[in-house]
Amino acid sequence: MSHPTMKEVLFNPVFANNPIALQILGICSALAVTSNLNTALVMSIALTLVTAFSNLFISMIRLHIPSSIRMIVQMVIIASLVILVDQVLRAYAFNIAKQLSVFVGLIITNCIVMGRAEGFAMQNPPLLSFLDGIGNGLGYSAMLLLLGVIRELFGAGKLFGIDIIPLVKDGGWYQPNGLLLLPPSAFFLIGLIIWALRQWRRNQIEPAAFTLAHQVSDKEGI
Amino acid sequence: MEHLISLFVRAIFIENMALSFFLGMCSFIAISKKVETAISLGIAVVVVQTITVPANNLMYTYLLRDGALAWAGLPDLDLSYLGLLSYIGVIAAIVQILEMLLDKYMPSLYHALGIFLPLITVNCVIMAGSLFMVERDYNLSESVVYGLGSGISWALAIALLAGIREKLKYSDIPEGLRGLGITFITIGLMSLGFMSYSGVQL
Repeated sequence: MSHPTMKEVLFNPVFANNPIALQILGICSALAVTSNLNTALVMSIALTLVTAFSNLFISMIRLHIPSSIRMIVQMVIIASLVILVDQVLRAYAFNIAKQLSVFVGLIITNCIVMGRAEGFAMQNPPLLSFLDGIGNGLGYSAMLLLLGVIRELFGAGKLFGIDIIPLVKDGGWYQPNGLLLLPPSAFFLIGLIIWALRQWRRNQIEPAAFTLAHQVSDKEGI
Repeated sequence: MEHLISLFVRAIFIENMALSFFLGMCSFIAISKKVETAISLGIAVVVVQTITVPANNLMYTYLLRDGALAWAGLPDLDLSYLGLLSYIGVIAAIVQILEMLLDKYMPSLYHALGIFLPLITVNCVIMAGSLFMVERDYNLSESVVYGLGSGISWALAIALLAGIREKLKYSDIPEGLRGLGITFITIGLMSLGFMSYSGVQL
């Protein structure tokens, strides 16, 4: 097996193999925490750190884990790291920890962390796994921050809680789009981002399950 | 009793796990191509959720909560920071036990669920059920009802989505949207529909 280079490992997940847009991993939190940029940023940092360090530790002991109990070993390592993040957030950023509510705890079951531990860290040396964790964390963060910027800027006219676009109700010109603050908008935005990404990188387009027959007569369908 | 019924209805419709809180999205999207598989996964989630939420509730009340260890002569001990690790441990253990029991006593159901059962350990819905239970301070009977209701809410949502996707594969979708993209937009529309329940007061 040829080892991927460091650059590939670090930057591929951002566009070419984005965990959210292509691997369908870690979507739950991407939707629930992106209505403003603050929580999105904290969540991205937390997830990137947890993925990177869990990859590092699992990769360090990968040759000593019996394969029958590897899931439990991975779970324990990930859960301990998440407890650490949770306690730090509660100590230094209590308001944000309250806003994120259960989603910090849900990093444990976030498929990105588990998926990378199982799929990459179990076969690769520690440093490379650490970078892979950072890379996938960056891919996730890129998506989260993009969603956070769009939703907060056009939904409330703010970024990080600071007014950017003057709103109509404050005498400005921008009528905020309230839909963007509601959770379903995140689905539409992710759908459209995936569309844009696939128009750019056409090899990611999925094959159609059925192709429609050509129209043979101009009377059809009337 | 009325209180429990309203909790049940609220857990299914107003606080739908998949369409209002967006939990369990990974398997929600990955395993909703066929109605039958979607329904078997849904049933598995209902069963596991109904067992794990009360189990975690018992553990939280008698072992982890601030002062919960008073019966063991340790009234000052607060172990709630070990919560996350313990919940996931309980969930993994219960899924494992359930798998062995089903294999022995109900082989037909075991084969129907197949790979889905072990996957449930890492399904966010199960973990979130326990975390919401702790955050909202449910007692034992409330947590049984909440576990059942939230499990059903997820099963309902995945069955609905699978029904829509089965029809959707015959439609002419722009190339880039095919598959994942259109699924996201479909879920967005479904969740807009479910938002209309949010005005209901119970």
